[in-house]
Amino acid sequence: MDTTVKPQYDNGVVKYLTVGAVTFLVLGTFLGTYAASELAWPALNLDIAEITFARLRVMHTNTVIFAFGGMTLMATAFYIVQRTNGVRLWSNGMAWLTAILFTIGLLATVVTISLGMTTGKEYHEQEWPLAIAIAFVWTLYTLNFVMTIASRDKETHPNVYVANWFFISMMIMITYLYVVNGLALPVSLFRSYSLFSGVQDAMIQWWWGHNAVGFFLTAGFLGIMYYFVPKQSQRPIYSYRLSVIHFWALSFGYVWLGAHHLQYTALPDWTGSLGAVISLAMIIPSWGGALNGMLTLSGAWDRLRTDYILRFLIISLAFYAMSTFEGPVMAAKTVNALSHYTDWTVGHVHSGALGWVAMVSIGALYHMVMKLWDTEMYSMKLINFHFWLATIGTVFYVVAMWVSGIMQGLMWRAYDEYGTLAYSFVESVAAMHPYYVMRAVGGFLFFSGAAVMLYNVVMTIRTANARQESAATANA
Amino acid sequence: MATRPKNFEDRIEQNIFGFFMFAALLVSIGGIVEVVPLFYIQEAMDYTEKTDEYGNVKNEKFPELVWERTFTQDANGKLVSDKALYKQDSHGNWGVADWKAGDGVRPYTPLELAGRDIFLREGCYICHSQMIRPFRDERERYGHFSLATESMYDHPMQWGSKRTGPDLARVGGKYSDVWHVMHLMRPQNVVPESVMPAYPWLAENAISKSFFGTKRDMNKRLTVMRKLGVPYTDEEIENADAAIEGYTEMDAVIAYLQVLGTMVTLDDSKVYRE
Repeated sequence: MDTTVKPQYDNGVVKYLTVGAVTFLVLGTFLGTYAASELAWPALNLDIAEITFARLRVMHTNTVIFAFGGMTLMATAFYIVQRTNGVRLWSNGMAWLTAILFTIGLLATVVTISLGMTTGKEYHEQEWPLAIAIAFVWTLYTLNFVMTIASRDKETHPNVYVANWFFISMMIMITYLYVVNGLALPVSLFRSYSLFSGVQDAMIQWWWGHNAVGFFLTAGFLGIMYYFVPKQSQRPIYSYRLSVIHFWALSFGYVWLGAHHLQYTALPDWTGSLGAVISLAMIIPSWGGALNGMLTLSGAWDRLRTDYILRFLIISLAFYAMSTFEGPVMAAKTVNALSHYTDWTVGHVHSGALGWVAMVSIGALYHMVMKLWDTEMYSMKLINFHFWLATIGTVFYVVAMWVSGIMQGLMWRAYDEYGTLAYSFVESVAAMHPYYVMRAVGGFLFFSGAAVMLYNVVMTIRTANARQESAATANA
Repeated sequence: MATRPKNFEDRIEQNIFGFFMFAALLVSIGGIVEVVPLFYIQEAMDYTEKTDEYGNVKNEKFPELVWERTFTQDANGKLVSDKALYKQDSHGNWGVADWKAGDGVRPYTPLELAGRDIFLREGCYICHSQMIRPFRDERERYGHFSLATESMYDHPMQWGSKRTGPDLARVGGKYSDVWHVMHLMRPQNVVPESVMPAYPWLAENAISKSFFGTKRDMNKRLTVMRKLGVPYTDEEIENADAAIEGYTEMDAVIAYLQVLGTMVTLDDSKVYRE
């Protein structure tokens, strides 16, 4: 008999957050698909203020980035920090408080935005009472995470594992950016005016905006990658040294990139150029991370044939490598002149958000469901089905937006033989129609995959006990 | 026994609080270098400078960019100015007073500011930018490229990041008020290929009502704006609620759209930005 006593972990809160993340993935991709359909068929706005495209789009971004992304980050952080440090959470009660308040905060955000309560700052739409609540929750999350690491046994766990570093740098930077960008003077409970205006506001806004991508959607998810890729493939990380260099370079560099969102605007030229140069340099650490994850599989590539969860993790790294190459290209001034304001940007964001963030999360969430409920998945075939729905959906989406975005940019700057503009603006809108339809189809496929996942997860949890019992009987 | 840290790297990796501080320091550098200078470099604001605590501005290099007026305190300690921003005419309508189009950047009137708040509420910035870039095609399509001074009273800025619809930075005066009403009521009636949603409720809602029927307190909104550095006289703040009475949200949004880009007359012979 096995006499070693396994350390007990606080799993309840992680279970809650895991199911919450999957639920928000379904909700968020549904909102996105509907918003995409509104651009293809404007009649779908139905003249209802609460679901007009602009409000729905903001509800979509908040649900997928902050609700789904945030809950995934919390679930994985609480899961990883216990296992890599060999301790329980510093405060299980505080973790529950964090999880519940975060859920309420994000649901309230989505509802209030649909009602028209917004700051008018892109990716920071929560008005001040909600923003304060969310900043408070985030602080609890950070405190709990850091204190859990501090409470580890230094004899057995001297050095903190690299996955934790990514979470810490993400937590610090998000607090910092969210608070500064959110500074505002309230007029009433429902309205405030940003402390900053014009050019300074624009720079601060995109300093936050790009680092919501760089830290929230990249550093945090790299933390996930550094734990779940080795775990799922049952191989050690390819290079620890590379992960150290990659971490520090990424943390230092990402902060500078916001300025590349403001090329050729009223922002001083040097700031935009600085942003572009550092963006280019960021290919190196980004690819360092992608390679480190992928090469972890060297010698075990055959497992991709049988392990569907590993497929999600590895394709996410392929998309990560691709979009971190595309990003610096789009930050270069000549390319940016064409791509800015077009749907190419939307395509780029989604190759990162669907291909990288969602895929790596999905892989990690499946892995955690099996570990937390100590069972196999209800259906492995459905995971494979989900994988193909998600992959094909992403490719549809991204290709539609690449092609149409470049077309849009070229139409806007096209001249006829008389030296006048070849197209009116609305001709470029009309030309977008087939691509908007294709994008909506891609989004629908991705949403369907998420729905399949929710079904699979729910069925796994419902049947977990029965399957454990039958396994126990078989062993007896 | 615990291994002793071998070097700086090891020390950082073993001491979680040290790690936290070091990471916090490192990630703050980029933001400080890129953001802080924008508050001090004159070039970042096209040499527009704030001259006093009331928010008065001047621009010695490009005087046409800003509307200059002088603020003083009267005998009762109230803030007054030599020029009025807005006033009520003999028919009881509220409109701009001593400023005319092209006189330079000025704060928004209460009606325009209310319209701007609706613009934000509906998320117009999700599809419409307000930032023209210095390219030939953008000049021909939208007009002279945008300057930082033009959005100095915009808390927050509305430069946008996407043109699902056209740029609006200089849309003011391009279409009639009637066109805007028809367009906002049903965009496809005037532009058949448009994918813009209709906003019929704007015409039904009184601008004086805000969130869930609460009063849209323009008095308070202007007060907050003044605290943020947007100059208004005491009288202008006191009359703010009266100045939006009787108007609909539609009136307010159109008032805002019609002022966009009309504040400044830019001189083509001048190099505003290198």
